[in-house]
Amino acid sequence: MIIKQLSIFVENTKGRLADIADILAKENIDIRALCVADTKDFGILRLIVNDPEKAAIILRENHCTVALTEVLTIKIEDKPGGLAKPIRILSDHGINVEYMYAFVSKEFDSAFVILRVENNEAAIKILLDAGVTLVSSKEIYDM
Amino acid sequence: MGKYFNQAVECMPREQLRELQTKRLIDTVHRVYQNVPYYRNLMEQKGVTPDDIKSLEDLRKLPFLTKDDLRDAYPYGLLAAPLSDCVRIQSTSGTTGRRVVAFYTQHDIDLWDECCARAIVAAGGTKDDVVHVCYGYGLFTGGPGLNGGSHKVGCLTLPMSSGNTDRQIQFMIDLHSTILCCTPSYAAYLAESIYERGLRDQIHLKAGIFGAEAWTQEMRRDIEEKLGIKAYDIYGLTEISGPGVSFECEEQTGMHINEDHFIAEIIDPVTGEVLPDGEKGELVFTSISKEAFPLLRYRTRDICVLSHEKCSCGRTHVKMSKPMGRSDDMLIVKGVNVFPSQIETVLLNKGYAANYQILVDRVNHSDTIEVQVEMMPEAFSGTVADITNREKELVDAMRAMLGIYVRVKLVEPKTIARSEGKAVRVIDKRKLID
Ligand SMILES: [Zn+2]
Repeated sequence: MIIKQLSIFVENTKGRLADIADILAKENIDIRALCVADTKDFGILRLIVNDPEKAAIILRENHCTVALTEVLTIKIEDKPGGLAKPIRILSDHGINVEYMYAFVSKEFDSAFVILRVENNEAAIKILLDAGVTLVSSKEIYDM
Repeated sequence: MGKYFNQAVECMPREQLRELQTKRLIDTVHRVYQNVPYYRNLMEQKGVTPDDIKSLEDLRKLPFLTKDDLRDAYPYGLLAAPLSDCVRIQSTSGTTGRRVVAFYTQHDIDLWDECCARAIVAAGGTKDDVVHVCYGYGLFTGGPGLNGGSHKVGCLTLPMSSGNTDRQIQFMIDLHSTILCCTPSYAAYLAESIYERGLRDQIHLKAGIFGAEAWTQEMRRDIEEKLGIKAYDIYGLTEISGPGVSFECEEQTGMHINEDHFIAEIIDPVTGEVLPDGEKGELVFTSISKEAFPLLRYRTRDICVLSHEKCSCGRTHVKMSKPMGRSDDMLIVKGVNVFPSQIETVLLNKGYAANYQILVDRVNHSDTIEVQVEMMPEAFSGTVADITNREKELVDAMRAMLGIYVRVKLVEPKTIARSEGKAVRVIDKRKLID
């Protein structure tokens, strides 16, 4: 249920994101989803890829500053209100969502939401109890 | 050969050393007065004659020399011996203005070599050692000085000069280098390269003699750990001879000044007044045995402290602290004196490597200072807050050290230019404007 996300420290310099994309492309790492959290000087690039462990090694060899962060992915219906329910359930149980981002898959006709919460184990239990579909790491990596 | 190169001199009783210094000082003052019109003129302006100098205490009656004097007198104005007796020049890497050129007779080269030989023996060197010199050769004194000292000790000398890291490491492995001589920043660079390539087991270094630029205890520990050596400090300047003016013994608590050749004083950099032992001030040297270029009361611009405390190594010569800053490097930011070494200390204390750059600028008539330092990848947890907290921690530590706000920016690893010679750590954009 727990997915490994790459969190990469990137300076806000021209072409840096493209460099990182190139490094990954050369090694056949596929990007499933991404988002950038940025400040004036730097950003944290968050990536869901098909092989996070390998990607982290490659990036470190290229002197990137990388952390592997554990996140959850839920599958929701691609329609209005699909996201509100699971988020409300978490907040009702006092679980904070640090950040989230989503991607849509045509193939599965669904939307996937990556969630970063403080307590993965507790969140998994609450979501499963409420009937929310959690996506396994294998499903994401093999997608 | 034991732990001293020249035990009789290095462990000479203080009283006897004072007698030797007094005699040499009086001789040198007479000779300079006679042969160097430039300095005679300075003495006359101060109303001092050689006959006024009868003891070491009288030294303070003499006028100072500064780097500006050396530039004014360029090239021959401070020469105290006939040019035909000189056999060598060395020159400082001046970034602005005229270069400074120092002259040497064979006697001067010999005494300089001996100073470096003392440093090598103090670092555990014997004739069985392989001394790997990657200081620059040429006009810079680093290479020639340690090279000469190594010959005097009888070590196998590898005159590598600087640069070409792959070749340095290859020779180190193939020829079993045991003592490394270079700048500390290059030592750190080599250490990092050797460590990264997993070659630590193949090198045979036991000691390093590092000088010609400022470095901190943290940097020393880092180099010692990565290379498995004991790292010794060495100090010198071209104007006085070159490396070996002072050097560290195994106690590593300061550098013994070769007092049979150089008398050290600490002065208040503003008033010029001589300060008592233990007080921090500008280091001033008087050469008392050189023939060609014997500078009297030369102001080094280095800020340090002298200690006459007895040293466990048995040497009796006074010890100087590592320079705490150089008034040349000193930045005045928002009216506060800032030494790059202070910034480096903060960074190293907080677990960063010495890969940083200081940018000073003036925005709307107000000074700004920014320190860019490379991230330590292994410490990164992946959040924005992690980075901003780290930056804030450094800002607070800088404020505690310097008393002013320093903007701190973490940058990606390997993005700050590494240099193989002297590190360029400060970019003062105000100088480009003024
Ligand atoms: Zn000692």
